[in-house]
Amino acid sequence: MLNYLWSFMIIFSIIMAVFGGSMNALTTEMITSSTTAVKICFETCGILAMWMGIMYIAERSGLIDALARRMSPILNFLFPDVPANHPARKYIATNMIANFLGLGWAATPPGLLAMVELQKLNKNKQKATHAMCMFLIINISSIQLISINMVAYRKSYGSLNPTEIVAPSILATLVSTMVAITFAKLMYRKED
Amino acid sequence: MAILMGISDYIIPTVCVLIVMYGLYKEVNVFEVFIEGAAEGLQVAVKILPTLIALLVAVGMLRASGTLDGIVRIVSPLISFTDFPSEVIPIALMRMVSSSASTGLILDIFNTHGPDSFMGRLVSIMFGCTETIFYTMSVYFMAVNIKNTRYTLAGALIASLAGIVASYHLTIAIFT
Repeated sequence: MLNYLWSFMIIFSIIMAVFGGSMNALTTEMITSSTTAVKICFETCGILAMWMGIMYIAERSGLIDALARRMSPILNFLFPDVPANHPARKYIATNMIANFLGLGWAATPPGLLAMVELQKLNKNKQKATHAMCMFLIINISSIQLISINMVAYRKSYGSLNPTEIVAPSILATLVSTMVAITFAKLMYRKED
Repeated sequence: MAILMGISDYIIPTVCVLIVMYGLYKEVNVFEVFIEGAAEGLQVAVKILPTLIALLVAVGMLRASGTLDGIVRIVSPLISFTDFPSEVIPIALMRMVSSSASTGLILDIFNTHGPDSFMGRLVSIMFGCTETIFYTMSVYFMAVNIKNTRYTLAGALIASLAGIVASYHLTIAIFT
C-alpha cells in the first residue's frame, strides 16, 4: 500500500512543481524535512522510552491480565453469543485492555487469536459473525487512555502544554466507541 | 472545562504511580523492568526514524509543490456547509489508509500552524479516535479467511466520523 502511496506522493509533487514553477521550494523542502524528521525522532525518543518503561511494568506485573479478567460484565453485554468460559473472551479482553493503554504491540497477537477462536464458533466460515463485527468495530474505534506519541510530537513542535489534549482525546474516543457499540448492536437486531 | 484540563494534568502521573505501585505489590523488579522497557522504547523510536524521514519528505514535497493546497481546494466545497477546517480532511482520509502517512500530515499541520493552534489541537485530539480501518480489517479478517465482512466497514466509518465530529466540537468548547 505505502509502495504506491509514497511513490504517488513524490512523483505527483514533482510534476506539480514543474507546472507550478515551485521546483526551488520543493528542493529546499526535501532537505529541510529530512533533517526535521531526525530532529523529531531525537526529541520524542525520551518520552517514548519513558512511557514504554512504565508499560513494561504494567505488562510484567500482570496488570493487563488482571484488568482483562474484570471485563466479564462488559463482555456479557457486547458478546452475548460467546459462551462465558470460551477462550475467545480472554483474548478479546486482553486486546481491549492493551488498546486502551495504547499498546499496539501487545494488542495485535491476542486480537488475532480472538478472531481464530470466534471463527470456531462460526457456522458459515466465509461470513463474519456478529461477534466478529462487534469486536473489530470496537477495536478500530477503541477508547484510548493516552496517545503518548501525540504528546511527544506536540512537545517536539514547541507546544506550551503538550498534555492539554489528553482529557479531550479520551472524551472523543469515548464518543466514537459509544457510537461503534450502538451501531453494532442495532445491526445485530436488524439482521437477525 | 477547568476539570478537563485538570484531568489532563493528572492522568499521566496517576497512571505511572498506579502501575509502579501494582508492580511493587506483585513483587516485580520495577526499576529493572523499566530500564528494559525504556531500552525497547528507544529501539522502537529509532526504528521509526526511516519511516518518518520517508513520509515527512513526501508530505513536505506535497506541501511545497502546492499539491496539498490543491487537494484542500477540491475538498473544501464539499464541506463548506460546516465550519470544519478543510486542511484537516486529507488527514482524516489518509488516516484510514496509513497511520504513518497521516502522522506526516499531522506534523505538517504542527509545522505550519503550530501544535497550540486551533487546527493543531484539533488534529491532536482527532488522532486517537480514528484508525487505519482498511489495514486493520484486512489483517484481522484475512487471519481467518472471512470474505463477507458485513457491516464492519460501515460501523468503523460511522464511529470514526463520530469521533472526528466530537473532536471538532470538543476543541471549540475547550480551547476557544
